[in-house]
Amino acid sequence: MNPAIRFRDVSYRIGNARELLHHLNLEIQPGETVILLGRSGSGKTTTLKLINHLLTPSSGDITVNDRLTREWDVIQLRRSIGYVIQDIGLFPHFTIARNIGLVPKIENWPEAKIQSRTRELLQLVGLESDIAARYPHELSGGQRQRVGVARALAADPPILLMDEPFGALDPITRAELQREFLELQRSLRKTVVFVTHDLREALLLGTRIALLEAGRMVAMLSAEEFVKSSDPLVLAYMRAFEPAVPRGQA
Amino acid sequence: MSQNHAEVMELTLEHLWLVGASMFCAVLIGIPLGILITRWPVLDKPILGSANIIQTIPSLALFGFLLPAPWIGARADRLAILALTLYALLPLIRNTYVGIRSVDPSVVEAGRGMGMTNPQLLWQVQLPLALGVIVAGVRVATVISVGLATIAAAIGAGGLGEYIFRGLAMVNNQVILAGAIPAALMALLADVVLGWLEKRLSPR
Repeated sequence: MNPAIRFRDVSYRIGNARELLHHLNLEIQPGETVILLGRSGSGKTTTLKLINHLLTPSSGDITVNDRLTREWDVIQLRRSIGYVIQDIGLFPHFTIARNIGLVPKIENWPEAKIQSRTRELLQLVGLESDIAARYPHELSGGQRQRVGVARALAADPPILLMDEPFGALDPITRAELQREFLELQRSLRKTVVFVTHDLREALLLGTRIALLEAGRMVAMLSAEEFVKSSDPLVLAYMRAFEPAVPRGQA
Repeated sequence: MSQNHAEVMELTLEHLWLVGASMFCAVLIGIPLGILITRWPVLDKPILGSANIIQTIPSLALFGFLLPAPWIGARADRLAILALTLYALLPLIRNTYVGIRSVDPSVVEAGRGMGMTNPQLLWQVQLPLALGVIVAGVRVATVISVGLATIAAAIGAGGLGEYIFRGLAMVNNQVILAGAIPAALMALLADVVLGWLEKRLSPR
């Protein structure tokens, strides 16, 4: 099977200044959850934004579904990719229903179909249907992030990009949403690229984990391989989380 | 007395016409210019700078400068409307610009990331969310304009300024107040109504 997303020798720099990403090679298979793990400034978010062409690579090729991102119609590309960010970015002046139905709406779905899809999605992410008529500011952080996930799934995109989606939530809500994400992913089988700096989250959710450090990918391992790795950079990252994740235990 | 009453009404209507027409033109020019400079940031300094400079020209001088202009200079009310429009531009351009720029970047990024086109982002997200700030600009411009329009009487454009200038010439405070009080009430009313609108349109 061809990879859903492929980076070939991709670098990204702003002007002639600092290189944010250095010769990245990466293949993501359909249906897997790849975690981009690393500290702040390691290039995780940059990598993510290159996929939906919010950023344009300085050199190298990125392929999404066998087509180069620069050859895609960028609007069509983005509508075929779900996007969830930490700040959620719900439209404060739209009701929850309108927020969720945004991509179907701009894709000109018939109104009845948008409504039934919205109901379906609310159920899918574990929200009551009476929430549909409310506004984002009336919801809790956890509810808002569920809406964010529902919105990203609205037009049933094959690919989902998630940028620290649970980062701003309290630990209990975060654990809840992680569990739900796993369940959801078991049935939906999307290709997910998930950015986090949280090792526990990475080990819990990832099919494979890509460790980034200063714009370079230093390791690409499954969770089991990751905890057993003797790579010094992986070890350093593991040590930072030492009390929470004992060695050899995923 | 009833003749005076009719005159006050007439001058008030003239005043409303000057303010209304100039605000209409200013909104039509100022808001698109404000949007334009959020799209092409190279233009923001020249456009905001020009609007700023216009604002610093003393109003009486501006009315005088515009006198020789063709078509416009032919009628005093056209002249006054042009001058008032120019004065109203700065708050409108600036508030549109600031309003759009201060929309939460994560909201704009989410919209862009989901595949909204630039016009969709502008009409469905940025403008609705900036509306409160834009109306605040309209409010400031209108209140200033009601006051400035009294000076238009000096070039014969009519309005409540007629009473003020007449009263000054006659050294008669009562005549001055006959112009100043309705003008002040008009400014207050505009302030209250637009203030209410601003509050309603501001996002929660």
